[in-house]
Amino acid sequence: MSDKVKVTIDGITVEVEPGTSILNAARQIGGDIVPPAMCYYSKLEGSGGKCRTCIVKVSKGSEKDPRPMPKLVASCRTTVMDGMEVQNITSPEVIEARSGVVEMLLINHPLDCPVCDQAGECDLQNLGYEHGLQKTRYEFERRTFERIDIGDKIQLHMNRCILCYRCVFTADQITNKRVHGILNRGDHSEISTYIQTAVDNDFSGNVIDVCPVGALTDRTFRFRNRVWFTKPIDAHRDCPTCSGKVTLWYKGEDVLRVTARKDIYGEVEEFICNTCRFDKKKTADWTIEHPTHISDASVIASNHYETLMPLPVIQNNQKLQQANQVELEKTAKF
Amino acid sequence: MLKVEEQQPVEFSAALIEKFDEIISRYPQGKHKSALLPMLHETQAELGWLSTSAMDKVAAHLDILPIEVYEVASFYSMYFLRPQGKYVLEVCRTGPCCLVGAEKIMNHIEQSLGVKEGEVTPDGLFSWRGVECLAACGYGPVLQIGPEYTFYENLDAQKVDELIQDLRKK
Amino acid sequence: MARKLLLEHINVPGIHTLDVYRQKGGYRAVEKALKTLSPDEVVEEVKKSGLRGRGGAGFPTGMKWSFLAKPEGVARYLVCNADESEPGTFKDRYLMTHIPHALIEGMIVASFALGANTSYIYVRGEMMPQIRILERAIAEAKNAGFLGKNILGSGYDLELYVQPGGGAYICGEETALLESLEGKRGNPRIKPPFPAIAGLYGCPTVVNNVESIAAVVPIINDGGDEYAKVGIGRSTGTKLISASGNLVRPGVYEIELGLPVEEFIYSDEYCGGIANGKRLKATVAGGSSVPVLPANLTLKLANGEPRLMSYESLSEGGFATGTMMGSGGFIAFDEDQCIVRNTWNFARFYHHESCGQCSPCREGTGWMEKVLHRLEYGHGKMSDIDLLVDVSKKIEGNTICPLGDAAAWPVASAIRHFRDEFEWHVKEPVKSLDTNYGLANYAEPIAKAEVTTGN
Repeated sequence: MSDKVKVTIDGITVEVEPGTSILNAARQIGGDIVPPAMCYYSKLEGSGGKCRTCIVKVSKGSEKDPRPMPKLVASCRTTVMDGMEVQNITSPEVIEARSGVVEMLLINHPLDCPVCDQAGECDLQNLGYEHGLQKTRYEFERRTFERIDIGDKIQLHMNRCILCYRCVFTADQITNKRVHGILNRGDHSEISTYIQTAVDNDFSGNVIDVCPVGALTDRTFRFRNRVWFTKPIDAHRDCPTCSGKVTLWYKGEDVLRVTARKDIYGEVEEFICNTCRFDKKKTADWTIEHPTHISDASVIASNHYETLMPLPVIQNNQKLQQANQVELEKTAKF
Repeated sequence: MLKVEEQQPVEFSAALIEKFDEIISRYPQGKHKSALLPMLHETQAELGWLSTSAMDKVAAHLDILPIEVYEVASFYSMYFLRPQGKYVLEVCRTGPCCLVGAEKIMNHIEQSLGVKEGEVTPDGLFSWRGVECLAACGYGPVLQIGPEYTFYENLDAQKVDELIQDLRKK
Repeated sequence: MARKLLLEHINVPGIHTLDVYRQKGGYRAVEKALKTLSPDEVVEEVKKSGLRGRGGAGFPTGMKWSFLAKPEGVARYLVCNADESEPGTFKDRYLMTHIPHALIEGMIVASFALGANTSYIYVRGEMMPQIRILERAIAEAKNAGFLGKNILGSGYDLELYVQPGGGAYICGEETALLESLEGKRGNPRIKPPFPAIAGLYGCPTVVNNVESIAAVVPIINDGGDEYAKVGIGRSTGTKLISASGNLVRPGVYEIELGLPVEEFIYSDEYCGGIANGKRLKATVAGGSSVPVLPANLTLKLANGEPRLMSYESLSEGGFATGTMMGSGGFIAFDEDQCIVRNTWNFARFYHHESCGQCSPCREGTGWMEKVLHRLEYGHGKMSDIDLLVDVSKKIEGNTICPLGDAAAWPVASAIRHFRDEFEWHVKEPVKSLDTNYGLANYAEPIAKAEVTTGN
């Protein structure tokens, strides 16, 4: 344990591997002190730093150099130092700056959640509920783009995009030939293929899963149902291309869509191939495991909240674990 | 987004290809992508603008993905992704030049050429646009004309008229 | 006449050629450094000189050099930032046009000090004529044996190349510049790692402004201590000031740091006063990014003492009553200029130049431009003024690179000092379209701060 570094976030101390980011340290603590992340994606190298929603205040740099950092920092791309002290939800400055970021993300967003397939599992929607204003202060025409089908399975709705670059990193890192990218500059930037072309390879569908908003959606699921009316079930199949571990989204007997399995931060556990995602929509294709665990913060979880449980961080400490045995057993039962 | 049919095949001159190789030699082995910006300048100087097929050829020459070229070309303001007039008059429209009359110069150009910003005159000779600071604030108003980016300083209406006439005669 | 270290021979005919430049003592610094000094001794001289980065941030150059990581077997790079694009700044263009060998000589000495064997000068693409001038000068220097293999028999090799940019203000930010030099979009990188550890191609890299590099030449020729004697306090040496706007004689001037601002504006040696017999209303002292100041605070500090052209004096009083040296882009506004219009113009600039990576800057710069546009065009609201301040605060400090700050400061400072004028635009929308608010009280003597006594 001696080579680990100690960091305190909102008063809770955790020991982490050197080189860990503040955000990932916070995720080891768990709970609502974890900064929201719109562009960072732990499975995608180079991601993060751009959306600025995960900004935190470093009130003590480290044991060696206790000076606070002069500006708020992106927690996803700032490495913890031993003895660092961080304020997230305990800092009014952070809360105000974050609501400023959310306002910026929303001023050109169409706010078309009622007709958006992402609604109910949208990171921006959640962020807006938590930090957004009731009423916009932006009185100008919003930026608009035409809706584009990139291939027959994926639709790009650029109006909703927050330019997190995740889909670009995904195409770079898990497919062999990227055909889409960020074109233009500033607030004219857009995700595009530039020339009319289909994004077409075995893993292209993953851009749907990594998209934090409704900019990239599954055309095979388009307008089929609201996600909160569907029931997620974990299942697997023996797939020659990918791990075959997925979540099936049922309505009655029908599988309406297939996605990768996602963790509580909305990140996929393993990327899946297009065959699993788009072509295997019969129960007979799959071995059913169990209902998917859904975060109690999600509308999909209505009526099946997980029990309130101690923060995951206590599992690192035997004494705390013993003291909370009853609560932990409840969680395990669930 | 461009329709596929819009793409016209292009040919690069031998001199341009030779120039490409000279540019690539400036960078360490394996870092040839650095040549992209200067190569796009050279291509634009030869063809007047950067068509998709021109960019694809540049990508092939550098052995990089076409999208990497589109991303770069659309980021920087000097690359034209649409055909332009033979002479593109680029007038600085930023603060210091405006203090000494850049806006009047732009109005004057618009009237003399009879086309709006970004449009090409019917004879295909001219287009014009306002650009951001050209780092010649002490000599404003200024304009530049590619591909060699010749500079014209301390402009007034008369100087602009003379310049347009000279270019027409060329 | 004040001392000139960079522009001493600027008016000598043919100084842009190697022969004339050498006749005037050029390339002495290369000979001295390569033949008599070790790289570390060169760094030491630059440290002693107190030279501060001339690109805008004012970070001590020698210290920046000493941070360069030197792992075994890894190439190191020196990259010169000649992407001069800050509105109001045109000194580097001037230097490269008229005395290109000063930059090249500086590049050789600096590359030697840093142990770089390949160095690049990243020039903004619009400066194609300057690129050609530099390429010619490099060829001359190479012919004369100042570049290439085994320079002057010292065993030191250096290749120097000029790289054109593609038209993007953001590439003046050092990490965006490196991205651009690698053939990518000019998106600034997240620091750390700093370029000194992982810069160009992931190798240790120093990025310096044109003027900083050129200043290395007199530092090596005369010694760091001599250089440090020029100037005032921690603002050592001379600085090129680009003067523009409503001045009798706009242009590039080399000043000794510490010159009173008033003397710079009004003396015949420099700008010769405000053009057309008008009065000074406001200035932007260090390029468009720094806070705008009304005439009274330009000439005098809040305590009534004269303000000087130095890093410290210009920033005296913080943002409440001060500004910054920045890149030395000095813009003067006469009494008939409209601060609202100019603020809108600058806001449009930053909107146009934001790279679009960070959401506050990408969205906020456009928002500010739109609000300022409506204020300028006669349909603004009183609440817009506070909205602008609020939006600027939400951008400032919340972005990867300083462009967000640079976009926020001009707006925030214009409202701080010229709120009357913004309010007048709301109250008199029709009048504000074709008349100006004028000088108002912006040139009046600063009210003396009240002295509170013990009782």
